[in-house]
Amino acid sequence: MPWLSRREIRQVMKYSTFLIKYAEIAIKGKNRYVFEDALMHRMKLALKHIDGEFTVSKTQGRMFVDCNSDYDFDEVIAALGRVFGINTICPVVKTSKTDFDKLCKDVVAYVGEEYPEKNGTFKVFARRADKSFPVRSTEMNCELGAAVLDAYPRMKVDVHKPEIELNVEVREDVYIYSRQIPGPGGMPVGTNGKAMLLLSGGIDSPVAGYMIAKRGVKIDAVYFHAPPYTSERAKQKVVDLAKQISKYTGTICLHVINFTDIQLAIYEKCPHDELTIIMRRYMMRIAEQIAKENDCLGLITGESIGQVASQTMHSLAVTNEVCTLPVFRPLIGFDKQEIISISEKINTFETSILPFEDCCTIFVAKHPVTKPKLEVIQKSETKLSDCIDDLVAKALEAHEVINVI
Amino acid sequence: MNSIYLDNSATTRAFDEVTEYMTHIMKDVYGNPSSMHTEGIAAEAEVKKAREKLAQIMKVDAGSIIFTSGGTESDNLAIIGGALANKRAGMHLITTKTEHPAVLESMRFLEEQGFSVTYLDVGADGRVNPDDLKAALTDETILVSIMNVNNEIGSVNDIKEIGAIIKDYKSSILFHTDAVQSFGKFRISPKSCKVDMMSVSGHKIHGPKGVGILYAAGKVKFHPLMLGGGQQKGLRSGTENVPGIAGIGLAAELIYKGFEEKTDKLYELKRYFIGELIKLPDVFVNGIPQNAFTDETVIRMTAPHIISASFGQVRAEVLLHALEARGIYVSSGSACSSNKPSVSATLQAIGLDRNLLDSTLRFSMSHSTTRQDIDMTLTVLSDELPKLRKFTRH
Repeated sequence: MPWLSRREIRQVMKYSTFLIKYAEIAIKGKNRYVFEDALMHRMKLALKHIDGEFTVSKTQGRMFVDCNSDYDFDEVIAALGRVFGINTICPVVKTSKTDFDKLCKDVVAYVGEEYPEKNGTFKVFARRADKSFPVRSTEMNCELGAAVLDAYPRMKVDVHKPEIELNVEVREDVYIYSRQIPGPGGMPVGTNGKAMLLLSGGIDSPVAGYMIAKRGVKIDAVYFHAPPYTSERAKQKVVDLAKQISKYTGTICLHVINFTDIQLAIYEKCPHDELTIIMRRYMMRIAEQIAKENDCLGLITGESIGQVASQTMHSLAVTNEVCTLPVFRPLIGFDKQEIISISEKINTFETSILPFEDCCTIFVAKHPVTKPKLEVIQKSETKLSDCIDDLVAKALEAHEVINVI
Repeated sequence: MNSIYLDNSATTRAFDEVTEYMTHIMKDVYGNPSSMHTEGIAAEAEVKKAREKLAQIMKVDAGSIIFTSGGTESDNLAIIGGALANKRAGMHLITTKTEHPAVLESMRFLEEQGFSVTYLDVGADGRVNPDDLKAALTDETILVSIMNVNNEIGSVNDIKEIGAIIKDYKSSILFHTDAVQSFGKFRISPKSCKVDMMSVSGHKIHGPKGVGILYAAGKVKFHPLMLGGGQQKGLRSGTENVPGIAGIGLAAELIYKGFEEKTDKLYELKRYFIGELIKLPDVFVNGIPQNAFTDETVIRMTAPHIISASFGQVRAEVLLHALEARGIYVSSGSACSSNKPSVSATLQAIGLDRNLLDSTLRFSMSHSTTRQDIDMTLTVLSDELPKLRKFTRH
């Protein structure tokens, strides 16, 4: 086997393509194209923001990202790593298809570059999509394996549990790949309707939005602010959080509701230990109304059982009672540390812990009820009957919409 | 809605003349002062002109003015640069607990480098007790940094007295004063106060942001912090910020125009404002003894433009936003939040009631503040305070 110079290998070895594998979409039936098109669309959007020229294409049940210019490998992986629906990203070396001898050289060169220690067990998976290529896949497996063994005597073949799965696909070009980088999984955003996220400035709600979006749901968000008790900076923090999760979810339409007057009315007229729970109920009511006006099919909250007084089973039941839309609580069984881990992974943690007051913390009673009774809360709410409808209508009318891209 | 800007200790609006002059410099005098051609010479002439104007105002040699990027750099350069260059004479520094972070953080940095620092307490009036300073001076002391006007409560240290104490003890001890809040409010000449180094900032005197001055007497040795092309006699490398320098020069000239009259007017407003503020229930004015609120001499011993007031049972941030909603812009004395309380060192040092630490606002006026502005502010305060007090956290 003639040796290629190091320099030549480098030129051959550059990943020119990424093969994208998707898991759940593959099992869809007649509407499979909907999922595939959405995935391609999301991939194109994700790659639009990074330096380089890329083409996204679909052939025979596979998706490819072709790199038509210089690009930064880590940046591409990070961008594709935020596209829900991608199961695995395989960096591919593409070489031209002339004869089998050249193919052998290319595969050997690939192994030398990718595994410079030239050690370990491997197995060749050859596929001959182009049937005009003279060598059949089983023969290719043997011949290519032999070529690698000849070149790197320390490597061994293991057909059952190889450390390296050396994929060689002969199509209009030859694709060689072995590395498999895990993607985020899930389903492409936009294939599963839309839901309204109750977004605060905290740690949990951005994570909740991320998790539902992962299942293909498009996200809109609602934020309650309470000037002068909360500042413009608190609002900016929420916009920043929305911006961070929009890297995964695509554009988020953020509805900002001025909640001050409603909060003050509750404070003035209802028992103080019920403030938070009543406040939550009005937030849900308002969020649901905006959700319905914007074709959202459900609400999303970051609640987790027992985390705070308003998230005990009793409180959740009382809060839930005001909604007719389903309320999705993806963090319901998560511990705080598990939620923090995800928020760190999706880069919302740093922003979430910025010290700005949000409207949930302003008027917290020292000892809020932890086991509210629905009838009691409903009765307290009747004390608001003279003004609350007006206040809610006013808040809805004056609400601000920010498109977070 | 007309806005009333009472946050002039945070920053000021540049004089229109300054904005116009700087625009002219950027358009027409864009040369590099170090260039050998006429464009460079024209720019150099602007820097020289500003330097001479400032020297004249401070009554110092033009050669002792160093242009920096602002108050923070001036403080850093004076303290870190001064301490590093003189550490063979001793490793002890003195400052106060109420200094600006640009001073305190420089001191902390030097502590990490092996220096020891004495942080002087202040009285309820925010001033350093001269006896405390005398007691803190040692043979090892090489530098003292004491601010002239405190940025949070407007108290004034007697720089002349402090300068005399230091130099009587040992004339080689460097005396730095942060004059960022006092330049333009008092006539200060460092020489007569035995100040060796003095920091001034452009944007607090209706000049541009991003430019400041360090006055450093000719004999002062200090280590430069910016290394490079050797501009400004190697003490502060980097191409001079010509528009900024021209701007700070002009701003300094303008702020001292009709100075006595303008200052009298500010004191008059301050006395009036304080007199009305204390009529509101549960409102306290900081840094001035309770029985001296209308005493002209006592008020004249504080800065003319800063009023620090505490509002019982109201959170400063909430009151600040409530005022903001009515077009009035102020600062909170102490940035406090639910997650990370960062209580003001100055307010703690003057012994402010713990309950009021998070209830304190700073009003800072400029020469264009009017009686109407103050009346409007008082009206809004008496309007908002009862509303906000109705809804306090408990």
